[in-house]
Amino acid sequence: MAGSMHKGNIAIIGAAETDSVTVQPDMSQLELHAQAAQRALSDAGLKPSDVDGIATTAIPFEVAHHLGIKARWLDGTMVGGCSYMLHVRHAAAAIASGAAEVVLVTHGESGRSRNGVGPYGASPQSLTGQFEAPFGATTPYSIFTVPAMAYMKKYGLDRSDLAEVVVAQREYAVNNPRAMRRKPVTVDEILADSTVAYPFNKDMICVVTDAGGALVVTSAERAKDMPNADKAVYLLGSGESHEATLMSQMEDLTSFEGFRRASQEAFATAGVTHEEIDHLMCYDAFAHLPLYMMEDLGFVKPGEAAAFHKDGETRPGGRLPTNTSGGGLSYTHSGMYGMFAILEAVRQLRGEAFVQQPNVKTSFVQGVGFFFGAAGSLVLSNQQP
Amino acid sequence: MATGLVPSPTPETAPFWEGTKAHELRIQQCNSCGKFYFYPRSHCRYCNSTDVEWKTVSGKGTLASYVINNRPTPPFDKETPIIVALIQLDEGPRMMSNIVGVEAKPENLELDAPVTVDWEDRGDQVIPVFRFAEGA
Repeated sequence: MAGSMHKGNIAIIGAAETDSVTVQPDMSQLELHAQAAQRALSDAGLKPSDVDGIATTAIPFEVAHHLGIKARWLDGTMVGGCSYMLHVRHAAAAIASGAAEVVLVTHGESGRSRNGVGPYGASPQSLTGQFEAPFGATTPYSIFTVPAMAYMKKYGLDRSDLAEVVVAQREYAVNNPRAMRRKPVTVDEILADSTVAYPFNKDMICVVTDAGGALVVTSAERAKDMPNADKAVYLLGSGESHEATLMSQMEDLTSFEGFRRASQEAFATAGVTHEEIDHLMCYDAFAHLPLYMMEDLGFVKPGEAAAFHKDGETRPGGRLPTNTSGGGLSYTHSGMYGMFAILEAVRQLRGEAFVQQPNVKTSFVQGVGFFFGAAGSLVLSNQQP
Repeated sequence: MATGLVPSPTPETAPFWEGTKAHELRIQQCNSCGKFYFYPRSHCRYCNSTDVEWKTVSGKGTLASYVINNRPTPPFDKETPIIVALIQLDEGPRMMSNIVGVEAKPENLELDAPVTVDWEDRGDQVIPVFRFAEGA
């Protein structure tokens, strides 16, 4: 087919997660990819032989061969946790241009049990190995968190504002039987807990899980003939961008250019306004991220995202239900969470979410990768424009 | 000598790490646009000029942001919290480093307060760390 990669010409027709998205010590990372992929294909009513394109953060042909797929289009884009937003975007371009017809996007990560996972850490000769790791910035909680104090000072916020994000999202997780953290919490309880990396206490930091997820992407035209046709989720628009691998090189510590550029392109290509977005997924490895994102995406003005959370606007029944699975902070976070943000948007758009929000027609999904490094944005809808 | 990860220079970054061994903070400046930039590379990050020069800078700056890492991972000492800090150098660039010389408590860490460079031996290298400026 030829035509636009946006405006609803491309559809997600299969979507699935592994049996569990919490703790799976009996599965390797590759098997997490495989189980999620098989479930997504089954959801779409397809077989491996129907797939001609593969996109994943693993070695794409390793996953393809493992599943018995003979791909003619391979995408190994690896820009951290938002890679899957980029995979969907790249798959859409490939399908629109005729380079592929049915693309499988897979994620699998044994982030907690570390089965079949390579060693962690930067080479001492890499930029991070020379200019960040020697200063004790070696883990996500000691790297991604560093700009937050500057952000909080600029807008007169304190740690309770980070805790409010956790409380808001936990309201969803409490009613999501698949979520890792399901106990209701208060701001005071969160602040009284142990401090992993000040200002971040334990619950302001994502869960660490073993999980897989997969998507099947094809043309809207082809999707119409598939058994799942009434559950198709259409790609209206998308964007991708980046800044630096080093946290010190983030231009403005209180706003991420990656979010601004990727989201602007996503809105522009989709041709929708902020008012038309019913549901938002903000990649939340840490509690400050939804604050940065909501402001950088333009849903609120700079400095207003904390009050937006505190006022309940992101909670069930709020003006903009956000991270409705519980997010990385409560639902699952295997390491590269982006796949699960997309999958929750698909569930909400299909009307199949555990904590289903009313009247979700259009969802915005924002990802981030390698800390404030890369960004990917998707605008998804259950209706073709 | 504090335990921790040891940086390993590349040809382009070697002058920076030779500088730290001499207890000098050496940063590149572009002769075309006049801007200092960090990290080291063969060209100016602002105007792409290759007419760039190593300069020993003041070692003065301010504390731009930080976290207190209470859970350092080996080879860092797991029992000793690390103040992971972003330092805004007076010459313009920002770099990651540590704040030393104060107990790792938020009340000791005033954002935008002036800091000066100090040096810490680490394996076969010397890493630049910062302490709050005297009489500030």
